[in-house]
Amino acid sequence: MKKGLAGILLASLVFTGTSCNKSDAGDAKGPVTIWHWMSDREDAFKELADRYKAQTGKEVRFELYAPSEAYMQKVRASGQTTTLPDIFGVLGESRDIASFIEAGHILNVQPEMDKDGGVWRKRFYPEALEGNEFKAGNRFNIPPGIYGVPIDVTTIQFIYNKGIFRRAGIDPNKPPETWDEFIVDGKKIAKLGIPGFVSGWGDLWLIECLADNLAFNIMGQDKVIATYRGTVPYTDPDWVKVFSLFDELGKSKILAEGVVTMINKSAEQLFSNERAGMAFNGSWAVNVYSGMNPSLDYGVFPTPRVTDKHPRVVWGGPGSSLMVNAKSPRAQEAVLFLKWLTDGPQQKYLVTSTKNLPSIEGVSQDIPAVLAKFADGMKISVHPSRLPITETSPVIERFDKAIQSIIIGEKTPQEAAEDVESAKKEELAKAANPQ
Amino acid sequence: MSAELPPSTPLPIPKSFWDNFTSGLFVMPAVAMFFTFSLYPFFNVFYLSALEWDGISTLRRFVHFSNYIEIFHDKIWWLSMGNAAYVTLLALTLQNALALALAWLVDRDIKGGQVYRSIFFLPPILSGIVVGLIWNWIYMGNYGLLNYFLKAIGLDALARAWLADPDTALTSMAVVHMWKGFGWGFIILLAGLQGIPRELYESARVDGAGELHIFWKITVPLMIPVFILVSVLTILGTMQIYDLVVATTGGGPGYHTEVPMTRIIAKMLGSARFGYACSMGVVFGAILLTLSLLQIQISKRSRVD
Repeated sequence: MKKGLAGILLASLVFTGTSCNKSDAGDAKGPVTIWHWMSDREDAFKELADRYKAQTGKEVRFELYAPSEAYMQKVRASGQTTTLPDIFGVLGESRDIASFIEAGHILNVQPEMDKDGGVWRKRFYPEALEGNEFKAGNRFNIPPGIYGVPIDVTTIQFIYNKGIFRRAGIDPNKPPETWDEFIVDGKKIAKLGIPGFVSGWGDLWLIECLADNLAFNIMGQDKVIATYRGTVPYTDPDWVKVFSLFDELGKSKILAEGVVTMINKSAEQLFSNERAGMAFNGSWAVNVYSGMNPSLDYGVFPTPRVTDKHPRVVWGGPGSSLMVNAKSPRAQEAVLFLKWLTDGPQQKYLVTSTKNLPSIEGVSQDIPAVLAKFADGMKISVHPSRLPITETSPVIERFDKAIQSIIIGEKTPQEAAEDVESAKKEELAKAANPQ
Repeated sequence: MSAELPPSTPLPIPKSFWDNFTSGLFVMPAVAMFFTFSLYPFFNVFYLSALEWDGISTLRRFVHFSNYIEIFHDKIWWLSMGNAAYVTLLALTLQNALALALAWLVDRDIKGGQVYRSIFFLPPILSGIVVGLIWNWIYMGNYGLLNYFLKAIGLDALARAWLADPDTALTSMAVVHMWKGFGWGFIILLAGLQGIPRELYESARVDGAGELHIFWKITVPLMIPVFILVSVLTILGTMQIYDLVVATTGGGPGYHTEVPMTRIIAKMLGSARFGYACSMGVVFGAILLTLSLLQIQISKRSRVD
């Protein structure tokens, strides 16, 4: 009896142990599984999954993991244990995507895109694809190719409440063109007892987006890139000018109080509840605002111009991109699904149901007017993934934190510039002497 | 004298072996899980801390103790330790004093004791993110509840963006943490108080002792083991604060509310320095262990005294 019991226990242990080795993508016959973080698109994705099954008989399964930080932790952990799903997204910089490619987790879809005269590739806005492309001689030594399929694009711009503009005596059809006009309009709104401007700068990357836009306008792309390379210091007068604009913003009293630690969701609530005159937010906000306040009357304008020396730009490029797991036995099926997902009818459905900018050409005529304004920004957009070099994370963090310190009056623009430059020097020294 | 077995017969396996073997097999799943989810990660983190690795790539560079040396020069890391220590100090004193006071009151069989017990234990069971978001609206600058109240009673000068002002951000966050955490201490301290035999109190009262005297001479000495437990849990729980920081300040403004956990996550995910983040984890773990042992030693000594 005891021997029998021991045998059963031993067998169950062995089977438990072997079953642990089976990866998520291990069964070639199962449905194509997609991990995503886009909670606002969950229903639309499920509807599309149903349509795909109805059309092809093949099952796809969308799994939502939110918020995005938790999602990326899951993706990273699964990458380490080779248990990634068939399709997933990597949220982060080119460096992060390069790590996944280097580890063999992401399929190069360029051969598929170039098939049949590049039918699939030609669907997309070039800017949407560029963010997913690694060109020959890239600094990560990744084999050239396209490693992600963009399902939408995004631009980050200024948004203004037309009703509040009217109440402040500002023509709602003439949003500010220049930085000075922006400050003046903000002060007029503040006189109503309403914050002139709000943005979720507790989410540091939003500060970075605005600062980058201003830097490109003030000094031009070449000088920004030279700074990233380490040949122009952050203490350069042009960079100090960028910092001084945030100083001006802080001192002008047009900012919503507490903006430096406010998460973007709170900033979106303030703007949609008509408790702020202007906001700095991405094209996804159209969907967010329509959910929070469907009657909100607002317009969009690009980052105000500081100088005429260089073109003004807006931050924009691929929004959400999906990658195919190169180790999945269903990789081919995953590619087929992504081809279908980025075809006209599906993109049109996503645009109308989720109010995001499409990644493919030819469906923009179906988007609301305010979203079309966001789409216009793509023409003058810049995006780190399209630059030959990007700044390192520790410097970006110090840069964003320094701007927070300027806004709360803790640092002068010059002190902030020196602080960021010291972080840059540390990074350059590390790069020169790797241990 | 036992009879000799024929040479071809195998030795019988004693019954005790099967007993032990079966018992061992029953324990095996738990042991396997302990090895997989506790021991392996524990030792692996030491190995990973000696690497320069982004957490995904196959490229790993062994850097010996470089990450540890870097930590000692990382001013922001030590600033975050200081911030966490400040919040911990407040939690150890104010939070636990409040918890003890409330536990002492509820222990005195006041009316509605059960209701209070439930109310006081409500904040700890709420999600840190939810609590953070609720307090965001209380602390908000332009439209916050706290500022509205201050203005209503004529204290306009005190109104501010509590979480964005460098003078108040960390303390404001600490208040939220204490509000959320005092219920744990309350429950444990209440259990401790209820374990003290009532006869001791009655005898003391018969002997003419006052309430304060009873508290210092009976309650406090008998509660020392409970105080140790609550203190250690407070230190460990508060030093590892994370979700509230993310939901309220994100570590800002500047670095004013950064804590060790936000730095570890920033290095692991933001900077993709997995090895460095692991070494931060090792150093942090060692500090927490030392603090806990120190706390136990000090408390033991005071008990002996």
